[in-house]
Amino acid sequence: MSPEIEELYQEVILDHSRRPRNFGELPDAAVLVHGDNPACGDEIHLAVKFDANGGLEDIKFSGHGCAISQASASLMTMKLKGKSRAEVMEMLRAFQDLVTKEISVAPKALGDLRAMQGVRKFPQRVKCAMLAWRAVQQALEQGSGETTVSTEPV
Amino acid sequence: MHRAVASQVDWSALREDFPILRQQVRGHELIYFDSAATSQKPRAVIEALRNFYEHDNANVHRGLHTLSGRATDAYEHARQRVAGYIGAASPDEIIFTRGTTESINLVAQAWGEKFISERDVILLTVMEHHSNLVPWQLLAERKGARLQFLPVRDDGTLDVDQLSSFLTPEVKLFAFTHISNSLGTINPVAELCVKARAVGALTLVDAAQSAGHMPLDVQEVGCDLLAFSGHKMCGPTGIGVLYGRAELLDSMPPWHGGGEMIVSVTLEKSTFKKPPHRFEAGTPNIAGAIGLAAAIDYIEQIGRRAIFEHDSQLAHYAADRLTELPGMRVFGPREERGALVGFVMDAAHPHDLTTFADQYGLAMRGGHHCNQPLMRRFGVSGTTRASFYFYNTMEEIDRMIQILHAAVRFFS
Repeated sequence: MSPEIEELYQEVILDHSRRPRNFGELPDAAVLVHGDNPACGDEIHLAVKFDANGGLEDIKFSGHGCAISQASASLMTMKLKGKSRAEVMEMLRAFQDLVTKEISVAPKALGDLRAMQGVRKFPQRVKCAMLAWRAVQQALEQGSGETTVSTEPV
Repeated sequence: MHRAVASQVDWSALREDFPILRQQVRGHELIYFDSAATSQKPRAVIEALRNFYEHDNANVHRGLHTLSGRATDAYEHARQRVAGYIGAASPDEIIFTRGTTESINLVAQAWGEKFISERDVILLTVMEHHSNLVPWQLLAERKGARLQFLPVRDDGTLDVDQLSSFLTPEVKLFAFTHISNSLGTINPVAELCVKARAVGALTLVDAAQSAGHMPLDVQEVGCDLLAFSGHKMCGPTGIGVLYGRAELLDSMPPWHGGGEMIVSVTLEKSTFKKPPHRFEAGTPNIAGAIGLAAAIDYIEQIGRRAIFEHDSQLAHYAADRLTELPGMRVFGPREERGALVGFVMDAAHPHDLTTFADQYGLAMRGGHHCNQPLMRRFGVSGTTRASFYFYNTMEEIDRMIQILHAAVRFFS
């Protein structure tokens, strides 16, 4: 087994891909984002409920995809629940750097999300890791209703 | 005509003709199972390109100097070589394009613009590659024409029993693939052409997956148009072919305007050359055509019948052995199969599987293979595809099975 593949598919990632957390519907969601990755046909449906200050009170996802996209969505929802808008945006930037740049020490604030760092060695898989994050970014911008987002510019 | 059969060819010796195969990827011997996407190139083709650029490079059909004469001869010789390879009645029936996609777009634009009108039907199948679907969607939208689709059965074959109900007098063109790039299905192209002709519909065959893999003769197939790419049959990228029956090509207006395709030009108006040059505006891919001719020479030395037998053996062996794996679903017909096998496994998503396999030097493709409607038809978002050519071996398939077993252990 190569070290790269061990790093990409860490136990925490395989665990979250097999048993995704916060997976399912959110009936009283304020916004529903359908994210898709046209390169592979993967889909994520992200539902978000905001608190009085616009922070993420609750967040759930459904859909299907590879281990990387599923684990990324699962870990993301755990991390972002209860976070303020500013914190979410900060986390998004930090996560994007984590999976695209060479950072010697991953920021502690990312918690379990640091397990996704192995993705940086696989540029073709960055879109898989970013799909859920694109969706949450869209949810914040949209604020309410139903919308779509894609990993490809359209 | 070569009558070699697979058992008489020294297949492992042929591997030596492919320099790229002799390398390690991530510390393992490369196993290249992605020839349906693009084939590797033998030294003879690489040398033909090099030889052209080192000795004969010049533009074609317009220089009076020696090099231009040589380049023109080589380019037109390549056209003759292609014509002979697919049994065209004349080299004038061979148009060089960038590839299958451009060939089909040429027909959709040049022929479609003139001959398709509102309420006409273009008949396709559910298993078409996006390249034989999207150009027709664009045409249908421009013209108010309709697209219809012959369904695919659960076993991956076309539902030919339904064909007669689809072949109505409104059908102007029936365009279909010879070999499915996801399922490996080999379609009964001659039968489809006969039935289409009976209602007056033209036929277009997408031969991208068959031209380099099996004997192919447009007279036997009986099609009006046929498209294929050089790069999937040992040739360079950026060169492809559109075959069209002479009188059909003659009836078609130009699509791209520019140099090479005109007889005379005034500021107001131009007159156009006869086919094939009418459809080759601008400087063509001269080296590409020469490389394609070299690829054809190489393939014919081996013999297409032998290649087909060898590739079929690999594909059947792979399909059989894959069923050993737990949670495995293999797509496509069991009986006759082109040189590829598509599958999904419960243990891992196609992308995870493909990334995992690459760690062992095994190059496969994971995804929808430009076949989104077909994937939907079978209820998956994508598959993993292992596709073969004559330089692949049974031992490589054994190795693939080992790697997939390792993937099952790793992911589940």
